Amino acid sequence: MSAEKAKKTVPYTVPIGPVHPALKEPVMFTFGMEGEIVRTVDFAPGQTHRGIEWMGMRRNPVQIVHLTDRICGICGIVHSLSFARAVEQIAEIEVPERADYIRTILHELERIQSHLLWAGVAAHELGFDSLFYLAWRVREQSMDLIENLTGNRVNYGIVQIGGVRRDISDEQRALVEKGLDYYQGLLDQMATLFLKDSTILMRCRGHGILSWDDARLLCTVGPTARASGLNMDVRQDYPYCAYGDLDVKAILPPPETGGPQGDVYDRIIVRLLEVGQSIGIIRQCLGQLPAGEILWEPKMAKLLSVLKKAEGEGIGRVEAPRGECMHYVKMAGKEAPDSWKVKASSYSNLMSWIPMLQGEQLADIPIIVASIDPCLSCTDRVAVTRNGRSDILTKEDLTRLSREKTRRMMQ
Amino acid sequence: MAGLPLLPELVRQLFSRPATNAFPSRHLPSSITGFLAKVARGEATIHPPIPTPPKFRGKIVYDREACIGCSLCLRVCPAHAIEFIPETKRVRIYVTQCIFCSQCNDVCPKNALHMSHEFLLATEDRYAESQIVE
Repeated sequence: MSAEKAKKTVPYTVPIGPVHPALKEPVMFTFGMEGEIVRTVDFAPGQTHRGIEWMGMRRNPVQIVHLTDRICGICGIVHSLSFARAVEQIAEIEVPERADYIRTILHELERIQSHLLWAGVAAHELGFDSLFYLAWRVREQSMDLIENLTGNRVNYGIVQIGGVRRDISDEQRALVEKGLDYYQGLLDQMATLFLKDSTILMRCRGHGILSWDDARLLCTVGPTARASGLNMDVRQDYPYCAYGDLDVKAILPPPETGGPQGDVYDRIIVRLLEVGQSIGIIRQCLGQLPAGEILWEPKMAKLLSVLKKAEGEGIGRVEAPRGECMHYVKMAGKEAPDSWKVKASSYSNLMSWIPMLQGEQLADIPIIVASIDPCLSCTDRVAVTRNGRSDILTKEDLTRLSREKTRRMMQ
Repeated sequence: MAGLPLLPELVRQLFSRPATNAFPSRHLPSSITGFLAKVARGEATIHPPIPTPPKFRGKIVYDREACIGCSLCLRVCPAHAIEFIPETKRVRIYVTQCIFCSQCNDVCPKNALHMSHEFLLATEDRYAESQIVE
C-alpha cells in the first residue's frame, strides 16, 4: 500500500444510526475517528418527521390540543400546555386560578417521571442495568399518580383551551401527598446511588464537557444549560401558570460537588435536584390551591365559536423537563390556525453534542448523547423530501435558493 | 469516598417479591398464543392486570337511544374517528382511530358517549366487530 493511500484512511469515518442500539433516538451520526478518539462530529436529525403541524393546520384548536399530546411520548403536558397558552393569548382567554395550579401540579409530576426515566436510561447506557431497573420501578409511582389524576398514563389529555378538564378531588389530593412523601423519602437514596457510585463517577466526571461559553453560544436550554452554569429557567425568568406565586429558582450544580463543570455528572446532579424541587413545588401548590372554576368556558360549542373568531399571533413558552419548549400559533378568524410552529426543547440542545463529543472515546458516545436527554421525535420537523430524497436545508442552501429566486424574478 | 452503594439494595431485592405484575399468566407459557387459545377454551385463566383508576379512559361506549344526531362530537374529535351516518342520523365510532381523549364525552349534550374501563383491544382486523361502535 502506498503511503498516500494509507494517509486517506485516517481519520476513519464511523457512521452510527439513524437507528442504532446505542442511541435511544433515531439520529444519524458521522464520526471522524483517530484511533479511539472522536475528532469530528456531524449529525443529521430529521429521521422521524411526522408532519404533525400539517395535521394541525387542518383542525380547530380544541382538536389540536389533544394532537399536541402526541408530539412527544414523555412530555405529555408540555406541548399541550404550550399550545394552549399560545391560543389563550390570541383569544384573550383568562385561565381560572385553580386551573393554573392544577396545570402546575401535573407539569411538575411530569418532570419527576421524565427525570427518573432519564436517570434510568443514563444508567443503562453505562451498562448499569440494576440501577436502570430501580429507577424505572420508582418512576411507576408518578405514572400511577398521573394516571389517577388525568385518566391515562402517557397521553394525559388534561389541558383544554382555557383551563383543565379534570379537577383534583380530596381523595386524589391525599394520593398525591402520599406519592410526594414516597419520593421525598427516596431522594437521599437516589442521590447516594447515582452520585456516590464509583462506576458512575468514573464514567461521567470530566466527560462530555460543555463549557459555559459554548452553552451560551449554542443557545442550549434546560438542565443541559444549567449543568454548564447558565442561570436560566423559564419558570424563574418568565413565570407562567402558577409559578409567579411560587418560589422557583433555577437549579445549578451546588458548590459541594465542585460547582458547575458542565460534564455528564453535573447533568445527573441537576436532574436529581430538580426532582426534589418538583416535590417542593407540588407541595406549595397543594398548600395554596385556590377554590373555583377549572375552565374558562365549560360549554365547548361556545369555546369553539370564540376561537373561530380569534385573530392574531401568540407564543406559548414552558419549561419542559428537557428545557424551553415553544409553540407559535397564528389565527386568522378561521376554524383552523393559519400557522403553527413547534420548537421542542431538544432542538436547541442538539448542537451541544459537537463540543461535548470532540476528544472523547468511542465508548463514551452513548452516555454523552443521552446526557442532553434528546427527544428527536419532538424535534424533527425540518425535513424536506423531494424526488424521494430527503434533505435538510442549511442556511447556505436557503441563501442560495433565495438568490436564485431573485435572479429568476429579475429575468 | 465512592463505592458501590447499590450492592446492599441488590442483596435485599434477592429476598423480596418482584414489583411487576405477571400478566397474562403467572409463569411464562411456552407459547403465548397457545395460552390465549387455552383461555378461550376455558382451560386456563388469565392472571388479572392491575386494576384501572376510577376515571380511566378505555374503549368508548355509545348510547344509541340517547343520541340526537347533533354531530357536535365530529367537530371536536382530533382523530376523525367518528363518522356521521345521514340515513339513521346516528354516529359510528372507529376504535382503531380513536385516541381516547374523551372530548366527545364532554361535548355531548345528551350524555350519549362514555368511556369504559376496557383496554385490551388489540386485534388483527381494523374493522372487526369489536373495533366499531355504533
